[in-house]
Amino acid sequence: MAMISKDPVQACTATTLRQFDSSKKMAMALRKFGKDGISIWRRGFSSSAGLESSSTRDATPVNLFTAINQALHIALDTDPRSYVFGEDVSFGGVFRCTTGLAEQFGRQRVFNTPLCEQGIAGFAIGLAAMGNRAIAEIQFADYIFPAFDQLVNEAAKFRYRSGNEFNCGGLTIRSPYGAVGHGGHYHSQSPEAFFCHVPGLKVVIPRSPYQAKGLLLASIRDPNPVVFFEPKWLYRLAVEEVPDADYMLPLSQAEVVREGKDITLVGWGAQLSILEQACEDAEKEGISCELIDLRTLIPWDKETVEASVSKTGRLLVSHEAPVTGGFGAEISASIIERCFLRLEAPVARVCGLDTPFPLVYEPFYMPTKNKILDAIKSTVNY
Amino acid sequence: MTYTQTTPDHDAGTPGDVGDVVRLLEPDGSRLADAELDPWIADLSPHELRALHRDMVLTRRLDAEGVALQRQGQLALWAPCRGQEAVQIGTAHALAPGDFVFPSYREHGVLLARGARPEGFMLAWRGEEHSGYDHTTINAAPPQIIIGAQTLHATGWAMGAQRDGSDDVAVAYFGDGATSQGDVNEAMVFASTFRAPVVFVCSNNQWAISEPVTVQTKYPLAGRAPGFGIPSLRIDGNDVLACVAAMRWALDRARRGDGPAFLEAVTYRMGPHTTSDDPTRYRTDDEVERWARRDPIARFEAYLCAEGVLDDSALAEVAAAADALAAEVRAACIGATTRAPETVFDHVYAESHAPLAQQRAEYVEYLAGFAAEEAR
Repeated sequence: MAMISKDPVQACTATTLRQFDSSKKMAMALRKFGKDGISIWRRGFSSSAGLESSSTRDATPVNLFTAINQALHIALDTDPRSYVFGEDVSFGGVFRCTTGLAEQFGRQRVFNTPLCEQGIAGFAIGLAAMGNRAIAEIQFADYIFPAFDQLVNEAAKFRYRSGNEFNCGGLTIRSPYGAVGHGGHYHSQSPEAFFCHVPGLKVVIPRSPYQAKGLLLASIRDPNPVVFFEPKWLYRLAVEEVPDADYMLPLSQAEVVREGKDITLVGWGAQLSILEQACEDAEKEGISCELIDLRTLIPWDKETVEASVSKTGRLLVSHEAPVTGGFGAEISASIIERCFLRLEAPVARVCGLDTPFPLVYEPFYMPTKNKILDAIKSTVNY
Repeated sequence: MTYTQTTPDHDAGTPGDVGDVVRLLEPDGSRLADAELDPWIADLSPHELRALHRDMVLTRRLDAEGVALQRQGQLALWAPCRGQEAVQIGTAHALAPGDFVFPSYREHGVLLARGARPEGFMLAWRGEEHSGYDHTTINAAPPQIIIGAQTLHATGWAMGAQRDGSDDVAVAYFGDGATSQGDVNEAMVFASTFRAPVVFVCSNNQWAISEPVTVQTKYPLAGRAPGFGIPSLRIDGNDVLACVAAMRWALDRARRGDGPAFLEAVTYRMGPHTTSDDPTRYRTDDEVERWARRDPIARFEAYLCAEGVLDDSALAEVAAAADALAAEVRAACIGATTRAPETVFDHVYAESHAPLAQQRAEYVEYLAGFAAEEAR
């Protein structure tokens, strides 16, 4: 295909955009371009493989929705007072994350809710408040806003306002977020920043199947209400060895995915794979990048990022959400406070544009590998 | 007249439930008398009847082309409305030109009847244009994606019309799933409190993706509205005559200042929720077959042919018109061109502002860098 040059997404012309008619074709394009990029999700490629490695015995290559499904199976299996519910979850869900759960655990524990996100959230809070693990799905993060009042005014403040007499810590909200190639305004949004502004909530975003299973189980079992955003683009696209067993990964701990010395890159979710491609290209130009997956956005692991920036002297944050008011702004401000004298250059942010998420213009809107690479170079050459 | 549940232990809203509705046409096309609804359509001329039929056939064809174009990779998505033509065309034909419509993402027939052009549909669903039509021309808002939110907009619009002293009416279209959303219930509270000239048209097509209507309600949806102080009718949504009559009743009420009304049109979503959905995963072929025997177009054709309003040559002419529309739809879709990428910044606000203008300038410069590379 003609557009597969340096950055297939960025180099698209209007006519070739039409060939991205489905995420399947997008996947093929990414695969063709980023054959190494796809392999970053394979354990062997990650430079931090030694830090949180799992045994490769009893592990299976699975995609993201299967990893999520495994976590949900385990959660329901290990706690008889856990429940999974949301719109269309009973038949397996629109992204297949809840496949087989209703059949195995029964429709008292895995069930469809009326079409009402505010109702789902409020109902989940109530269920959690009596000691249950309420694992609620919001079908697309774009639809989470009716639930915002329940999450901000109720879930986040439940423990605090009762002086710790009462809590809804068993609440986990799961929701697919982010670009998918053709989602447009209302199937592509990244609303994490809104929730990061709410003391009392945790926000967790996995980058891969192995991360997702461990982080989701940790989120479900964490005694605080957690909003867990799943990168929908990766549901089928990302494949990785995932242990069959029950395991958890720590919350509020960032992971150094790649070590380097010239600049620190920070991201989360699907953006990690884009950042990793940028790291590889930068390497070819003699720039050594350290890449950090934040994993938990609040409360976030400032120490790991600070330690890295103290080493490299430079920081770049990248996220799909619009740049203004995005979570990159919080990271930038905090690191500048902590590392001001160490910084060799301003903190760079490579993010979505300050517009609603477009449809055909998506490839131009996104913080692509080339945009990141340009920012790496200008930061290093500042 | 208003809906009251006729059988107290009636199991409301089961897929296939067609009891407890008002109907003027049986599924086989034979005419039923109804003392309350008949007067509302007594004046329908053969010309108008043929126009209703034609628009239903064109809607079905537009919809089929939408699905086909998606399967061919020309559209990312299409939400089929097959089976719901009677609700959409019947209610739309009752509207006055100044009435304003707030459709969901499935009301292709309503928009077609209001004057939207094939290229409008195609450009919008391809994302080449934000909205494929001029609202001042066809008096309809863009198709609503976030479920139910448009009902509040319709109510606000209606309250504005009321304060302007106009006799225009707002119409909100939504499905059975939407009735669970807070917004829809809030809209009914506001509409009732303010006696707003708004008609709520609920197309109960029995399914919200994989959820049957029994997840949303244990009681007929038309039975909720009186609880808000809004009179309602529960009609056979596959009977275009009942749809016209009921809508005329509702619009007349609103126009006279008597406030809102609610129509529950019981119909069926013959196709998937969208082209990304596979309904064989959650419903039976038997059920779909049962509803195919209640097809809105077949029954109306049977009636019109029996009445001598339609004959073979008229049917052939409508079929030819559908073919012509289909060709226009395909041409509009395949021939669509994307505007320049920097137009992504247009209309975020009413006017540009400095940071956005700067972002736009940086972006244009960035894109120009690629053009330069390709030139080398």
